[in-house]
Amino acid sequence: MLDASEGYVTPDGRQIGGVMMEMRNITLRFGGVVAIKDISFDIREGEIRAIIGPNGAGKSSMLNVISGFYNPQEGEVWFRGAKRPPMKPFQVARQGIARTFQNIALFEGMTVLDNVMTGRLTQMRSSIWAQALWWGSAEREETENRAHVERVIDFLEIQSIRKTPVGRLPYGLKKRVELARALAAEPKLLLLDEPMAGMNVEEKEDMSRFILDVNDEFGTTIALIEHDMGVVMDLSDRVVVMDYGKKIGDGTPDEVRKNQAVIDAYLGVAHD
Amino acid sequence: MPDQLLFAIEVTLNGLMAGVLYALVALGFVLIFKASGIFNYAQGVMALFAALTLVGIMEGQVPFSHLINAIFGTDVHHFAWEVPALLAILLTMTVMVALAWLVNTLIFRHLVGQEPIILFMATIGLAYFLEGFGDIMWGSDIKTLDVGLPQGLNESIDEFTFNLFGYGFFIDNLDIVATIIAAILVAALVAFSQYTKQGRALRAVADDHQAALSVGISLSFIWVLVWSIAGFVALVAGIMWGAKSGVQFSLSLIALKALPVLMLGGFTSIPGAIVGGLIIGVGEKLFEFLVGPLVGGATENWFAYVLALIFLVFRPQGLFGEKIIERV
Repeated sequence: MLDASEGYVTPDGRQIGGVMMEMRNITLRFGGVVAIKDISFDIREGEIRAIIGPNGAGKSSMLNVISGFYNPQEGEVWFRGAKRPPMKPFQVARQGIARTFQNIALFEGMTVLDNVMTGRLTQMRSSIWAQALWWGSAEREETENRAHVERVIDFLEIQSIRKTPVGRLPYGLKKRVELARALAAEPKLLLLDEPMAGMNVEEKEDMSRFILDVNDEFGTTIALIEHDMGVVMDLSDRVVVMDYGKKIGDGTPDEVRKNQAVIDAYLGVAHD
Repeated sequence: MPDQLLFAIEVTLNGLMAGVLYALVALGFVLIFKASGIFNYAQGVMALFAALTLVGIMEGQVPFSHLINAIFGTDVHHFAWEVPALLAILLTMTVMVALAWLVNTLIFRHLVGQEPIILFMATIGLAYFLEGFGDIMWGSDIKTLDVGLPQGLNESIDEFTFNLFGYGFFIDNLDIVATIIAAILVAALVAFSQYTKQGRALRAVADDHQAALSVGISLSFIWVLVWSIAGFVALVAGIMWGAKSGVQFSLSLIALKALPVLMLGGFTSIPGAIVGGLIIGVGEKLFEFLVGPLVGGATENWFAYVLALIFLVFRPQGLFGEKIIERV
């Protein structure tokens, strides 16, 4: 078990900090269906944390709990040393937690640039009147935001489609635009719901590289859900394994790989 | 220049200005429809309610006076003051914002995710409620609204055209003012939706609720904002129409004229509402002028609707609307 206050050093020599987010005994029900059953785990500063598990294990529900789309019936969510009261998703976003969706939620009618700019909404402070009149601080703010957005666009190599309406883009690029929008918010914690679902090998490699680069360059803490076991084991520092709403494993990729419960869940086990 | 042509030009100009007023009402529809997918049947009644409230505040009327008198046997009608027009407009706007908040909190927040037809029915209910509420609050008699806008024949245009063509155009000052105000309003709305944080948030909400939430946009706030803006547009439309033809309950029927405007311009386009309004305004005046005498007149009553019907057949998304393509 890791110490709560101190971090650890990854095999590739990155320093991981203290606990940023902690889920304590989370239980989530939909009517009689228990989607998450008494799960606890933490996410540390600077870490890439994966949540894996077979279909219907409750991974997406867990991500939705973290991002405020669902409020759990039991348990506590701690963020940066404080217990978080039940919150609406937009309030969670304003705390610095950005996310992407499994089946892409972009503003299809807007251009790539406008989509990424919406990621900056939480950073804008000037009043509606100042903005309407394009006054002093509003102008400076818009320019700064625009500059930041351009850096994100460069970083994710989507300059060539800046002015294209998102509705016209192919699937892989949409995923990348969604990541760009989340990054534009300069999140403290970035949640990725199956960032590589439905991608071909080449697109998966690109996306893996971007995720590692984001973590490396901006020091962003990342929690991701992924099906592709190979990708998960390569990317992440620590892995939570879920099955039927319960946590069955938690540790480094190597530890998880050797865990008998995890092997059973993935390969199936004979019942006598 | 032949007289006939001069007449036609005068009619066109008058049509343009009538069209501006249609566009103003249509704008209110477009704003709400874009942001929340609600076709707000109550937009016309909101204009009426805004105009009633404005007159009531200006004249220092006691709200609900009939009700109060009936219950307590008193005889109150007016406070002992009158409120200057500008202050009254600000107060009315406050009332419209409060109304926006109430509408969202009491009705539409509970109907999130429902079918469009259910939302539409809710706005019909809202329309009848608001009409009755306005009646109880301010009384049902026809009122004159005078916020100090210039009215009557514009003499300089009359004189200028008379010297030029030997025929003076009759252009109403009020129409000119309405055109200028509408132009400013439209420019402001476009700038708002394109360049401000709230405008961008509004477009985001119109596009995808989940995504909007995930970038930190409060849906409730945006909806109240949109209904407030629609209330503001209704107030401006109410002032213009009220100054033109008095504040009376038939004012709520101008909303019906906005329907063909929307079908022409497209339900989701701000420029569409303007162009649609102008086309209908000019179209019905010119049609009446050119074809009216041949068919016995009164074409203004149906021209707009027939035009809209033709559009529905050949270009259902309107001139500027987004074409709906379902991918299979």
